[in-house]
Amino acid sequence: MALIRIDELRCKGCGLCTIACPHKLIVLSDKINHQGYTPAHITLQDKCIGCALCAEMCPDVAIVVFK
Amino acid sequence: MKQVFKKPESLKDVQTHFCPGCHHGTIHRLVAEAMDEFGVQQHTIGVASVGCSVFLYGYFDIDVVESPHGRAAAVATGVKRAKPDSFVFTYQGDGDLAAIGTAEIIHAANRGEDITVIFVNNTTYGMTGGQMAPTTLLGQRTSTSPYGRNKSKDGAPIRMAELLSQLEGVAFSARVAVDSPRNLMDAKKQIKKAFRYQVEGKGFSFIEALSACPTNWGMNPLSANARVGAEMCDYFKPGVYKNVENL
Repeated sequence: MALIRIDELRCKGCGLCTIACPHKLIVLSDKINHQGYTPAHITLQDKCIGCALCAEMCPDVAIVVFK
Repeated sequence: MKQVFKKPESLKDVQTHFCPGCHHGTIHRLVAEAMDEFGVQQHTIGVASVGCSVFLYGYFDIDVVESPHGRAAAVATGVKRAKPDSFVFTYQGDGDLAAIGTAEIIHAANRGEDITVIFVNNTTYGMTGGQMAPTTLLGQRTSTSPYGRNKSKDGAPIRMAELLSQLEGVAFSARVAVDSPRNLMDAKKQIKKAFRYQVEGKGFSFIEALSACPTNWGMNPLSANARVGAEMCDYFKPGVYKNVENL
């Protein structure tokens, strides 16, 4: 069981987490945040294995991981 | 549930000004993690340069001396000599270190000053609008090389990690990339090694980190990230170029 939390206010929508996730669980949202970017969000939280590669790749330290 | 990934203590909890997909943020985090690991945050003095990296005093929770226009290695020399018990690192871009500050970096390295230099190479002058830097790749279009960098007119890109590795005073010189999880893990290892060398007083340690600049390359973050792994790693080969422990 693993859980990630993406700070959607801090996310700049670069998408580097989407290519880091080995299960391709992260996608960019259609909504726009207060900075004008489309933040990332996780689709199937249950499938997350907590590898933290998304958080490692995030240039804005916007992701925290629990396991 | 246990938290397995969080922001390092040495980083402030603030939003950075970096563009989406810029690797500065990632490299900042790796440096902060290394500081946390060695427990040096309280006696670290960072030396900032000019360019996008200049705002590190706002992002790291440490003392910082601002030293623009390539002089960071010279200022760091003074800081380390005046306060030998402190942990001193410089964080410089390619316009700063490889162009304006070539004299300072080469002589600081040659003297074997006991400092760590983090050199972020994104093949362009990021903050001033994407002009050609000494590290700009051949054929790369920039605002001052609109037809692409030409070898006969502009010379070939400088490989700083290799150049400095030839100097007697250098204890550790490595080039890393942070474009993929695998490269990033290696980068983390090498940055920690460079920090350990200073903590153990082994001498000058140098890390060249390849970074993307999506805005000035005119690319989206994912294509810019892919360019680092393809074009940049092809010319600037990641690896360890000098390690006194192996000599």
